[in-house]
Amino acid sequence: MKHMTHLQRLEAESIFIIREVAASAENPVMLYSIGKDSAVMLHLAMKAFKPGKPPFPLLHVDTTWKFREMIEFRDRIARELGVDLIVHTNQEGVRAGINPFSSGSRVHTDVMKTEALKQALDKYKFDAAFGGARRDEEKSRAKERVFSLRTPEHRWDAKNQRPEPWKLFNTRKKKGESFRVFPLSNWTEQDVWDYIAIENIPVVPLYFAAPRPIVRRDGALIMRDDERMELKPGESVETMMVRFRTLGCYPLTGAVESTATNLQDVISEMRGSRVSERQGRVIDQDSGASMEEKKQEGYF
Amino acid sequence: MTGSLQARRLPDEADLAQTSTPAALADEAFAGPAPDDVASGAVVDPQAHMQPVVAPAASLLRFITCGSVDDGKSTLIGRLLFETNSVFDDQMEALKRDSKKFGTTGEDLDFALLVDGLSAEREQGITIDVAYRYFSTGNRAFIIADTPGHEQYTRNMATGASQAELAIILVDARKGILPQTRRHSFITSLVGIKSVIIAVNKMDLVDYSEERFEEIKRGYQAILPQLAFTDVTFVPVSAKAGDNIVARSANTPWYDGETLLERLESVEPETFDAGAEPFRMPVQWVNRPNLDFRGFSGSIVGGRITKGDAIVALPSGGRSHVKAVYGPDGEVGSAEAGEAVTITLRDEIDVSRGDVLTSADAPAGVSRQFAGDLLWMASRPLIRGGRLILKLGSVQTPVTLSALDAAIDIHSYEAKPADALTMNEIGRVALTAERPIVALTYEQNRELGAFILIDPVSNETVALGVVRSVGGPEEAAAESPSEERNGLRRVWDLWLGEAARDDVAHRKAKIGARIAGSVLVGFLALIFTMPLVLALVLAVLDFVLRPFLAVAFGADHLPESRRIDPTVVDDGGGI
Repeated sequence: MKHMTHLQRLEAESIFIIREVAASAENPVMLYSIGKDSAVMLHLAMKAFKPGKPPFPLLHVDTTWKFREMIEFRDRIARELGVDLIVHTNQEGVRAGINPFSSGSRVHTDVMKTEALKQALDKYKFDAAFGGARRDEEKSRAKERVFSLRTPEHRWDAKNQRPEPWKLFNTRKKKGESFRVFPLSNWTEQDVWDYIAIENIPVVPLYFAAPRPIVRRDGALIMRDDERMELKPGESVETMMVRFRTLGCYPLTGAVESTATNLQDVISEMRGSRVSERQGRVIDQDSGASMEEKKQEGYF
Repeated sequence: MTGSLQARRLPDEADLAQTSTPAALADEAFAGPAPDDVASGAVVDPQAHMQPVVAPAASLLRFITCGSVDDGKSTLIGRLLFETNSVFDDQMEALKRDSKKFGTTGEDLDFALLVDGLSAEREQGITIDVAYRYFSTGNRAFIIADTPGHEQYTRNMATGASQAELAIILVDARKGILPQTRRHSFITSLVGIKSVIIAVNKMDLVDYSEERFEEIKRGYQAILPQLAFTDVTFVPVSAKAGDNIVARSANTPWYDGETLLERLESVEPETFDAGAEPFRMPVQWVNRPNLDFRGFSGSIVGGRITKGDAIVALPSGGRSHVKAVYGPDGEVGSAEAGEAVTITLRDEIDVSRGDVLTSADAPAGVSRQFAGDLLWMASRPLIRGGRLILKLGSVQTPVTLSALDAAIDIHSYEAKPADALTMNEIGRVALTAERPIVALTYEQNRELGAFILIDPVSNETVALGVVRSVGGPEEAAAESPSEERNGLRRVWDLWLGEAARDDVAHRKAKIGARIAGSVLVGFLALIFTMPLVLALVLAVLDFVLRPFLAVAFGADHLPESRRIDPTVVDDGGGI
């Protein structure tokens, strides 16, 4: 092990986890959110099964409010890598007219992300779903297992998690139960960017600064990605040089002003940053334990 | 027993220049944009023409903080994160808010709230579960597991310890060494940690008394002979006030040792050197993307493998040579412990998940019996004769608790006779597995010498343990594994043509092939003018009986896994 760098150790650990799922689950799936963490996770999955393809499909839960560049990127990557991609949208939510503006971020996230995910997992009967979450992202994530058991109702019991000593993952479950598996648990935001640079992994261009149409709303810089975002009185669209540290639904994702147009600049900007990457996420800031509550309800 | 614990030197600057530049991971990545990126038609590709500017931290240290409840573990970690500038501004804002709402430190910031992320933890002001935190200084990246002090959550402490290279054991300067300090010290030693820092905390509350510090030091030194630590340092600190955490404190002029962070940065913990052991790799996954490729994927847990090496697959005993080794970036000449690889072999031998590929020169012992030390983690007691599921390496198999030799008294560290183990007790046990497995002692191999036990009904993880010896007295006769299987299981094995395994997909495929074969027989029978009923009967008979006929009429049809090479089923005493 002495010849392995920090990133090589993380890479080996993640590949081990991914293979463990392939060997133990009946019907696994990889949640693909199109972001940088998903990009790294997919890259690791491709490595884990070479010369074959990963023995599971990708699943994207599409809220219909993702940045257009994300969708283009998603389809291109799936085509180029030759992997199966399932796209699921909560049609009931669409029919009910749920959207991040008039329904609010909380309802939108519940219906179009959490509910939609449960629908998709139930529909295809997936018993293990990979997610790209990292423990350094958020306080309740820091407490989550690599193999995180969910009840048949997709609930997380934070106080009753299985111990995971060494690399001995207990992959047994009862009928209807499923796992969320986090191969990037021990990666940090910086590790992810370092790895993207070293491995030359393609990521959505939104991570790099460019002139974009921005509306200032509630202290956040929101990119007006299409006509569905109506301007409130007093608001205007400015062209600003911005980039995104995390990607999600465009009305709920705050941009940061930046001149980092390439990976090197992004990495140095991140190193000098004094705010966490989740600061741009609207859903995390409701209360101290906001993420934990969402996870208990089945949010990834 | 050839295994030994050897001091492992952490890479120094000179090594790092060679091994940890990012380019070491994939040189080619920097040769220019990948063809795909050029084809994507982006006007400016931000990822093109990257130069390796990133300099990931030179080395990595995984450590835990442990000790009794209220000794200040979470506060200490919060303080470390804060002092190393690892707390972002928005997290700082949240901390100020939370300190007012939940804080236990009056007007001051309550650093524990940086790490206690579950709402139950914040409300009760205690740590329930392990929290993993990450920070780095210029020289080193750190992964901290902050473990709970409450006895109730000892399992979470043990989990954190199993993955750590060093432990910070906190002692409250006012209270001294408590039962939980002893328990945590014992578990730390049990899982093989050699380097510990005894942080005597809350020095501010004992007026920074040198006398008190020395008293605690002597008290801890008294229990050291019963622990397997080789590197112990004592540091007087106050996590709350910040004394001797990063900067040397003016309050303890009598202390001239390193501060806590200095120690964390300079320590070269003595860890297990898996690379020095013979080659071992538990097979995780059989990679069969097409008819021309059959590779065995897994992470190497001992030694090194090189193209052309002779290997033996255990427990089946099949022998072959390595045709090729594939690392994460493609074929490599050789690979060593810690790497995730895929290996192809020259011969078609029967290998599946749960088997271990080992060096043919030094095959590991195969045995149904082994003894070990375990921590019982369930609320119901563990009693002799109990049946559980063992997971060790990539193997999962039912085991029976054949003997409960002793329970360790946490106060005196003495082994005392016991009829049962209750929650959080540590015991010496003997286990008998339903089928032979490859196990090594924990001193010989960390991965093949550690296990968990799972309740077959609730699926809870009920114990974690380490192997102390392999093989039992009854095994001197070394029966072949096939004869040890019980009647029904044997019939099933015979019918399936192999030892039944966990690999559900493989079994399904096997049965599917059987059905297809028999349908074909029935169909042919129908074509050759037999009546439909007779054809059906023939097909069913074929389906049920063919495997047994095959066995009866020729040993050649015996599956590979049942032709045991008697030389590898030794007394199980190891390598």
